[in-house]
Amino acid sequence: MIRKTLILGLETSCDDTAAAVVLNGRNVLSSVVSSQEQFHRRFGGIVPEIASRCHLDYINPVIDEALSKAGVALSDLDGIAVTYGPGLVGSLLVGVSTAKALAYTLDLPLMAVNHLEGHIYANFLTGTVITFPLLCLVVSGGHTSLIYMHDHGRMETIGRTRDDAAGEVFDKVARALGLGFPGGAIIDRLAQQGDAEAFNFPRALMTEEGKLDFSFSGVKTSVLNCIQREAEKGNKVNTADLAAAFQDAVVDVLVEKSLLAIRKKGTKQFLLAGGVAANGELRRRLRQRLANEEIELVYPPAELCTDNGAMIASAGYFYLHQGRTAPWDLNAIPNLELD
Amino acid sequence: MTKKIGRILGEIVPGCTVIALNGELGAGKTVFVRGVAEGLRVTNIVNSPSFVIMNLYKGRLELYHFDFYRLEDDEELEELGLEEYFYAENGLTLIEWANKFPHFLPSARLEIEITKDPRDLENSRILHFKQLDKTKDFLIEELKKSAASCS
Repeated sequence: MIRKTLILGLETSCDDTAAAVVLNGRNVLSSVVSSQEQFHRRFGGIVPEIASRCHLDYINPVIDEALSKAGVALSDLDGIAVTYGPGLVGSLLVGVSTAKALAYTLDLPLMAVNHLEGHIYANFLTGTVITFPLLCLVVSGGHTSLIYMHDHGRMETIGRTRDDAAGEVFDKVARALGLGFPGGAIIDRLAQQGDAEAFNFPRALMTEEGKLDFSFSGVKTSVLNCIQREAEKGNKVNTADLAAAFQDAVVDVLVEKSLLAIRKKGTKQFLLAGGVAANGELRRRLRQRLANEEIELVYPPAELCTDNGAMIASAGYFYLHQGRTAPWDLNAIPNLELD
Repeated sequence: MTKKIGRILGEIVPGCTVIALNGELGAGKTVFVRGVAEGLRVTNIVNSPSFVIMNLYKGRLELYHFDFYRLEDDEELEELGLEEYFYAENGLTLIEWANKFPHFLPSARLEIEITKDPRDLENSRILHFKQLDKTKDFLIEELKKSAASCS
């Protein structure tokens, strides 16, 4: 009989309270996120623009929902995995305390997962065979990092943002244009009708030979200044053109730095993770460029790009196999580093 | 220059200080904080905390770098447990977009507003300082002296 390992994954590092049940690290049996409409409908709440940080109110119903959707009982579980950093200490503690209490009372192993590492593991849930060493661009509202992974648990950050994360500038530019939330998805859609050459925004750090770090605060300021200048002149900017030109500048940098990293490391697969991994233009351009070099592009479905418990459960499964369980005095670490 | 003034402040600021940092998007608030971090001898890269709400760095003092940009209501703020940071003996609290929630700030604080110079949006910034912490008047005096010697 094939061994079945069921892991419950908890994630509470930022806005969302999330829980999921994953089988053998690769099959998502359920994945529940507090901001999901279906969850709110069921519990009679509303979907806020930014989920207010009510992890304590949500954590138990979210876990119950994840278990019931997966059709498993607490007693069927083989381990509990949880995000222990980086993030807000108060938010992290809700997940960490809940995971510890569950693991202790159920006499199960506890696995402590880094949030960024978790994002990478969303790719193990795609059905594609992932091989080490791997290279992953984790790009979201809070992070923009190129991570080289030798093996499970052995990571190296080879590039990172020096200021703003890519997802953050998408959101800020969208707000400045009055486009609403979530900014990334709206700009992605709008840009399809725009002319990316209508404006020329800066691509930062591109000239620094061999450097894999990112910087997006310059392009943000440049776009905001452009909006302000046009408004002062009484001109109405073409929002679609501006969105297209801005997105082009950000995607350009992400793609070029990714290719540079691939050449340096010589990997045959390239992984995307994090909320911005859902950006259509980024996927399209990467797919195009990587096809020329015979490199396989892997990215998770949209619902596993954003924060979720399934990626944490998947990472937890591989941790468990390596015997890397967490002690009972596990604490939340707000400024946890990856390597 | 924004960063340089930040660095001077970081070198002289004592613990248990709260700085409210205001200014529109792209004014250079995070750049200023990066300077302060340098002055505090923080070795990590200082990223924008807009999404994560707070970043913590260790230097001569602990630097609590908050950003209220994404916060919408009092309830969200209450969950952060700000007071624990404000009164940390070895801590410096810097809050971007602090003026979104003035009623949550301690009355003893330093207020800094960064505005873009309308004559040169790309390259020029104006920094306004307002000291609401009587015990730390020397900070402004020192900054004035340093600024005079810089220009």
